[in-house]
Amino acid sequence: MQTPERQSMEVDIVCTGFGPATGGFLTTLAEAMNDDQGQPALMSRVMPGMPLQVICYERADDIGFGVSGIVTRAKGIRDSLPDLDPSQIPLAHSVEGEEVLYLLDPHKVSRRSWSLKMLDRLVHAGKWLLPYKEHAVKLPYIPGFLSKHDGLLLSMGQFNQWVGSQLMSSGLVQVWPGMPVKEPLIEDDQVVGVRLIDQGTDREGNPDAGFMPGMDIRAPLTVVGDGPVGSVGQKLDEHFGLPEGNHQREWALGMKMVIDLPPDCELKPGMVLHTFGYPEPEIFGFLYVYPDGVASAGIFVPSWLDSPVRTSYRYLQHWMTHPALWKHLEGSTMRSWGAKSLQESGKAGEPFLVGDGYARIGEGSGSTNVLTGSGVDEAWTTGVQLAEAVIELVKQDKPFTRENLENTYVRRRRESWVEKEGRVAERSRDGFQKGFVRGLIGMGITGLTGGWLNLSGDSKPPHERIPSIEEHYAGKIPADELKKMRAQCTESGTSLQEALLNRCGWPEIPFDGKLLVSQQDALLMGGKVQAPPGYADHVVFINPELCESCSEKLCIDMCSGQAIAPGENDGVPQFDREKCVHCGACMWNCTRARDGDAEQTNIKFGVGAGGLHSAEN
Amino acid sequence: MSNGFHIVVCGSLVPDPLQTLQPVMGASGLPELKSEMMLPSVLDPWAGHALFEAAHLAAKTPESKVWLVSAGPKARLQQLMMTLAQKVPFELVALDGSASGFTDASSVAKSLSEAIEGIAGLDRSRMLLFGGCASASRDAGATMQIVGERLSIHDQFLAVDELDVENDGSLRILERIEGGQYLESVCEGPPAMLGWATGTLPEPKNNPQVGMMNMRTIMPALQRAQSVSVGAGDSTFASVEVPQQRRETRIVKDLPADEIARELVEWIRS
Repeated sequence: MQTPERQSMEVDIVCTGFGPATGGFLTTLAEAMNDDQGQPALMSRVMPGMPLQVICYERADDIGFGVSGIVTRAKGIRDSLPDLDPSQIPLAHSVEGEEVLYLLDPHKVSRRSWSLKMLDRLVHAGKWLLPYKEHAVKLPYIPGFLSKHDGLLLSMGQFNQWVGSQLMSSGLVQVWPGMPVKEPLIEDDQVVGVRLIDQGTDREGNPDAGFMPGMDIRAPLTVVGDGPVGSVGQKLDEHFGLPEGNHQREWALGMKMVIDLPPDCELKPGMVLHTFGYPEPEIFGFLYVYPDGVASAGIFVPSWLDSPVRTSYRYLQHWMTHPALWKHLEGSTMRSWGAKSLQESGKAGEPFLVGDGYARIGEGSGSTNVLTGSGVDEAWTTGVQLAEAVIELVKQDKPFTRENLENTYVRRRRESWVEKEGRVAERSRDGFQKGFVRGLIGMGITGLTGGWLNLSGDSKPPHERIPSIEEHYAGKIPADELKKMRAQCTESGTSLQEALLNRCGWPEIPFDGKLLVSQQDALLMGGKVQAPPGYADHVVFINPELCESCSEKLCIDMCSGQAIAPGENDGVPQFDREKCVHCGACMWNCTRARDGDAEQTNIKFGVGAGGLHSAEN
Repeated sequence: MSNGFHIVVCGSLVPDPLQTLQPVMGASGLPELKSEMMLPSVLDPWAGHALFEAAHLAAKTPESKVWLVSAGPKARLQQLMMTLAQKVPFELVALDGSASGFTDASSVAKSLSEAIEGIAGLDRSRMLLFGGCASASRDAGATMQIVGERLSIHDQFLAVDELDVENDGSLRILERIEGGQYLESVCEGPPAMLGWATGTLPEPKNNPQVGMMNMRTIMPALQRAQSVSVGAGDSTFASVEVPQQRRETRIVKDLPADEIARELVEWIRS
């Protein structure tokens, strides 16, 4: 078969990934591209006489697919969009009320340390004096660093779609969804553009019917905003490494549902509920109430949940059925469902922000603030800062060298609130490395002292943190029984994690067919996943021997879309691209270190087409 | 004289089929889909086949050109173009109006035919009018015929799966008929109206160069989009509903195929 020639195209700026960071970048850049008379103000270098040629490629089938519901102070967003009217954006609403609930365990089955059990006893003893209801205590006040007072509730999907439509209607930049970017083009340590994904391949990436090699998009500047599991960002980190002392070891999986609340629900639009303490102490939860009786409800399962049993979907259901939540959610109906990995190293995980020919913005650039639990506003702002830098450089006819980008973009970022708040937050979660209570106290101390004081804790890659199932249940479940359970689950093809949770006393989920449904049904009812044929698998098990020797196979249970299933004879797991929601959880939940790189795992998460088809998330 | 075709494809958007579609009665008294403006859109699949067939025919017939005439909310059309414009070359004629599906075929057809009549440079003697066999605006399957009639196109073919241009310029067309059979017809040549079923072509790959080329004309077309009224007119919608799903999930292992078949038959009969 004759292989078609790889095509190439030149533009001035190529962006990878359309999220809030790229939205901020393109919005700011587009505003400066024409002068007051509507004439081009920024001219192209690659196409002399033409306006600046700017193009953005988004992996998902449409912009705004597969992201999340958020609450944000929206400081940066409002600075660059002073006329922003939330009523023009579906599901957007101003924050009208905030509550933080500490959830006690009504079933007494969660993994609670002695100190937390002590705290629970104290709460029970003094519940007549405390704002205690339905096994939950409302925090009497919300520390300033956590509060989103005067902020916005947004559906990221709808916000991205709104930003994208504003950009498209300007006609000044082009945004192309459904076009994954495979990798950066690096020549002599200079990024000269990107290569798009090959189309018409088999699952291994070999040319197949209708093969079309991914086009090379060459550009003087590549803007990398492809998020925490983006392929371009990952390849840059592989090539350039991270700055000394930095690491990307802290992660969380956010899993949530968009739901129609019952008609008699008393929660008003704009209400924000945050929870901690249940279903496991380390799992945080959120409930955001949008207009028209719609809400976003979900949990975060962090990498420092030191348990090999972490089935996010089951935990999500236990969280929703906690009495303090269920009083609001009973009678609700799921509209959609989704999951996303969050890079929670924040400032500590910052990569090299710029180099010759490239700049990094957004979550993948370490902008997320892990103390305030805020990422979207920070990501947007880094995009704005890069755009301002680009405008300055283009007007001065200066090239996009590392030095010039350092002097413009990085300088702006270092002088901004994103950096200042990021530095405060940098060590705020270190305490969680040594326990939940210590972590909470550490966050409080960091927040209240503005980062002057922190509780220490050495970070480890997730795969070094997760004990084996046998180690974890030693003394709780007899070894013989555990062995028998493992054999029975393998034989019946059912989940060992589910069996272990049941064995430990977690109640069965009372399925109601509307909100509480099996994960398989959730995938059918709210998953909305699609994967076009003709692309290579983007999840690859690198060393089969490591998989065969792995007894946890956490990748299977942590797979949000049940796209990873047991392999033959319990060997290398099988990946089904048509179920993958591209959350990337498999990448950091693998319990085996990659050969030759102890910071990575045995699962490679590359670029792929398809995924969630929901813009409500 | 040119032998190329001037192919006009009528096609509009429908909600992404993976979305939750819930018909509700809107504030205006007309039915609509719940949160319709939040739903991402795709090109109606039948119109998509028509467009891909049109582009394929134009590519192998020199001096041919493809127009896509599309009626829908401008913002939604704009979003649709982000994905569609990467597929095949075409020139967009945009009409800003409802694509909710709760419209009547004749008013949609009137808007489409008037827009086609207004296309500069269109040679109607060389025109092939393409559309989906049951589409153009999620209708009952009548729109394309009415558009054809309004444009005085008398050779009309529905549920087309194949079109071949013979050496003498005539068109050989396969239409689906009952029983899995085809009706083969030959007509002398354009003008003709073809309402496509699925055709024979796969969805084209995304091509960035095609996207860049299309976008130069698409944005101005969207900015020029005329507002059209394709409402339900005097129609009254008594009720709206979607087919009820029935799903029973059961995981079984190593069940013989015969047993599965027996259970399915029993389930269907019940």
